[in-house]
Amino acid sequence: MTRFSGWNVLWQGMTGQKGWSRQWRDPQPKSHYDVIIVGGGLHGLATAYYLASNHGIRNIAVLEKSWLGGGNAGRNTTIVRSNYARPGNREFYEHSLKLWENLSHDLNYNVMFSQRSHIALLHSPGAIDGAARNYNTMRLTGTPDAEIWDLDRLKQAVPHLNYAPDARFPIMGAAVQTRAGTARHDAVAWGYARAADQLGVDIVQNCGVTGIVREAGRITALETPRGRITAGKIGFSVAGNTSRLWTMAGLGRLPIESHKLQAFVSEPLKPLLDQVVVFGMGGSHFYISQSDKGGMVFGGDLDWYKSYAQRGNLPIVQDVAEAAMSVMPCLGRVKLLRHWAGVVDMSMDGSHFICRTPLDNLYLNTGWNYGGFKASPASGWWFADLIANDRPAPMIANFDLKRFERGLQIDERGAGPDPKLHG
Amino acid sequence: MIRIPCPFCGPRDHAEFSYGGDGSITYPALDAPLEAWHDAVFLRVNICGRQVETWQHVHGCRLWLKVERDTMSHEIYSVTPADPALAKVLEGGE
Repeated sequence: MTRFSGWNVLWQGMTGQKGWSRQWRDPQPKSHYDVIIVGGGLHGLATAYYLASNHGIRNIAVLEKSWLGGGNAGRNTTIVRSNYARPGNREFYEHSLKLWENLSHDLNYNVMFSQRSHIALLHSPGAIDGAARNYNTMRLTGTPDAEIWDLDRLKQAVPHLNYAPDARFPIMGAAVQTRAGTARHDAVAWGYARAADQLGVDIVQNCGVTGIVREAGRITALETPRGRITAGKIGFSVAGNTSRLWTMAGLGRLPIESHKLQAFVSEPLKPLLDQVVVFGMGGSHFYISQSDKGGMVFGGDLDWYKSYAQRGNLPIVQDVAEAAMSVMPCLGRVKLLRHWAGVVDMSMDGSHFICRTPLDNLYLNTGWNYGGFKASPASGWWFADLIANDRPAPMIANFDLKRFERGLQIDERGAGPDPKLHG
Repeated sequence: MIRIPCPFCGPRDHAEFSYGGDGSITYPALDAPLEAWHDAVFLRVNICGRQVETWQHVHGCRLWLKVERDTMSHEIYSVTPADPALAKVLEGGE
């Protein structure tokens, strides 16, 4: 496989772009692997890459039921941030952001990571106090770039918001993380796939798991349309469908519900918004950024009811449009280009699970709720660490399935055990 | 848009309703062991397919309903009042 470099790009440019090799192989699955990761999304691919690069395990397969980038990897709004305040979350997401900062070099693949700032609008003195408390906590615990902006600074940075005194929700300030931003979601999937493949990982597409063979406390084999495959260790990393796989393995119930999250992209515009802007007030929720192609990428709340269908509903389209008009009225005549919905594993406290399971050789990575994209590097890093060493590192010690039994909820929003509220 | 046939108000768009969650959960007695409460509050089968759930017709009769719905196709199979006594009366029972 050709390594990407400035020289290579120049050479290929002069020779008709004919010398590029394919980015990853299309192997026949072997009958046995040391580790099988079920789910070829960002988290699964990152896990396989770090298993190979950090832990030297090379006999690995990633099984993907359709094609890479076809599930939630391609159904998100590409936002990366680490402005979390709860213990557990803040170290985890900050580690993830640090990995993002070097990801393009690490993978030799341009993931188009752009640290353009994440700006959460504040509309009341109480909201400013609350944000100041959280952001001070972050500054004191290793997230140095958490700032509270006053209105003057905000107006200078983002001139197109609705600052009118008669706005439905007048803006009073903003909570800002300047190292946050966006990355190109497809490039992240392709970059991890290519880098993992280079280290010998077999990426098997169109290969969903159709059956799970169990013996006592172990999984002995996975049934797939491409034959029965055995593995030493197995990791589940299938956003949206974890419960189905869990049931297939005969494991009962999980603290998870599958919900649907919609997102939208507009026709391409000239440069309009150079940051990620987030608005949330009462029942209204809206976030927006502009892609490098010019499309405005935005979204709002979950659909409010459980669903496995990868299609959204119209009331949310209306909600998001209303919120857009109250925050950025200049979008009023912009045409919508595409609109999609992803199925997300919403957990009971809004936080994730990277943990061992009741079965000896099965490991679980799930419950990324509303925002799994930003987590993918650290998720892969620590899931690989768990699978390789068979013990949870301190970083993920509390992200296990038993935390509710211990009375622990890592509840960033303070919404309680109601999955649809952890948006 | 899902259309939910409310037993009092007739078929209405789901936007008139508020989603209550999994309707198959039976909450234990107040003095039941902690494990029973843990299971009821935190654990879900998370069915892909036909499941029973609760909805409230907040912009109509305000009745809590048990709705049997397919979580993949969004087809609705049955709607009854969540209160069993009320359901019985509506069905023409005692």
